Amino acid sequence: MEGFLPPLWATFWFAVSLPAMAYGAVRAKKLINENPRNRALLAVAGGFIFVLSSLKIPSPVTGSCSHPTGTGISTMLFGPSVTAFLSAIVLLYQALLLAHGGITTLGANTASMGFIGPLAGWIVYRGLKDRVSMRMLAFVVAVVADWFTYVVTSIQLALAFPGVSFIKSALTFMGIFALTQIPVAVVEGIFAALLISYIVQTSEDRLTRG
Amino acid sequence: MKNAISVLFLISCLLITNGNAESWTGADEKAEEAIKQISPDYEPWFSPVWEPPSGEIESLLFSLQSAIGAFAVGYFVGKSRANKHASNN
Repeated sequence: MEGFLPPLWATFWFAVSLPAMAYGAVRAKKLINENPRNRALLAVAGGFIFVLSSLKIPSPVTGSCSHPTGTGISTMLFGPSVTAFLSAIVLLYQALLLAHGGITTLGANTASMGFIGPLAGWIVYRGLKDRVSMRMLAFVVAVVADWFTYVVTSIQLALAFPGVSFIKSALTFMGIFALTQIPVAVVEGIFAALLISYIVQTSEDRLTRG
Repeated sequence: MKNAISVLFLISCLLITNGNAESWTGADEKAEEAIKQISPDYEPWFSPVWEPPSGEIESLLFSLQSAIGAFAVGYFVGKSRANKHASNN
C-alpha cells in the first residue's frame, strides 16, 4: 500500500502513532529494568507478532488472504503502547524487506495494528479479567485486537478516500478488510489461547497484577 | 506447539477447500483496486524503496520473519520453563 495514503493523512497518522510508539519504547525499557524476566516476556510477545503477521491466511468469506496481527499476547501482558512499539518493528521489517505495508503508511499501520486495535483488545481484557479462564481471555482479546485493527484500517482509507460519501466508502473498505478478517481473527485467537498456557506460569504476576 | 501447527494446517486446508475457485489474492490488493475505483485520478506518490526481486525471495523473507519470531517465542518460553524447573529442585 506504499504511497496509497495521501501525504496529509500519512503525516496525521504518524502524529498519532509516534507518541504511542515512543511511550511504549520507554515503558519497555522501564519494564526490563524493573524485572529482567520482562525481557523474556517482551521477546515472546514480539516474537508472536513476528510469526503471526508473517502468515497470510486465506479467508473463505471473501476469497482473499490477509495477515493476522499477533498483537493479542502483547496487549494482555503490556497494554497498547508497548504493543505499538513492538508492532512498529515488525511493520518496518515488512516495509523495508517485503515491500509490504510501506514507509509512508507506517504511521497509519502502527496506529491501527499497534495502538487502536490493541486498545480495543485491552479494554475487553480489563472488562473480562477474572471472569473467564486465561485461555478464553487470550482468545477474545486476540480476536478483538486483530479484527478491530482492520476496522480501523477501513476507516483510515475511507477518511483518505471518501468518494461520494464517507459512509459508503467506509462500507466498501470494511467489505474488503473487516469481512476477510473475521475467520483470520478467529485463527489468531486460537493461536493466542494455545500460547498463553505456555507463558502463563512465568507471567502470572504480570497478568494477575495488571 | 505441535498442537498449534496441526490446528493451523487443518484450518488452512478447510478454508481453502471450502472456498470456490477464488483467486486468494491479498486483501490489500483488493483495497488498492477499490481506491482506484473511488478516486480514479489518484496516483500513489511514493513507491517501495526496495522490492523482493521475485516471489521466491519474497517467500524467503516472509519465512525468515516467521523463523525469527518462532525462535524468540521458543527460546524464551523454553528458557523460563527450564529456570523454573531448576529452581524447584
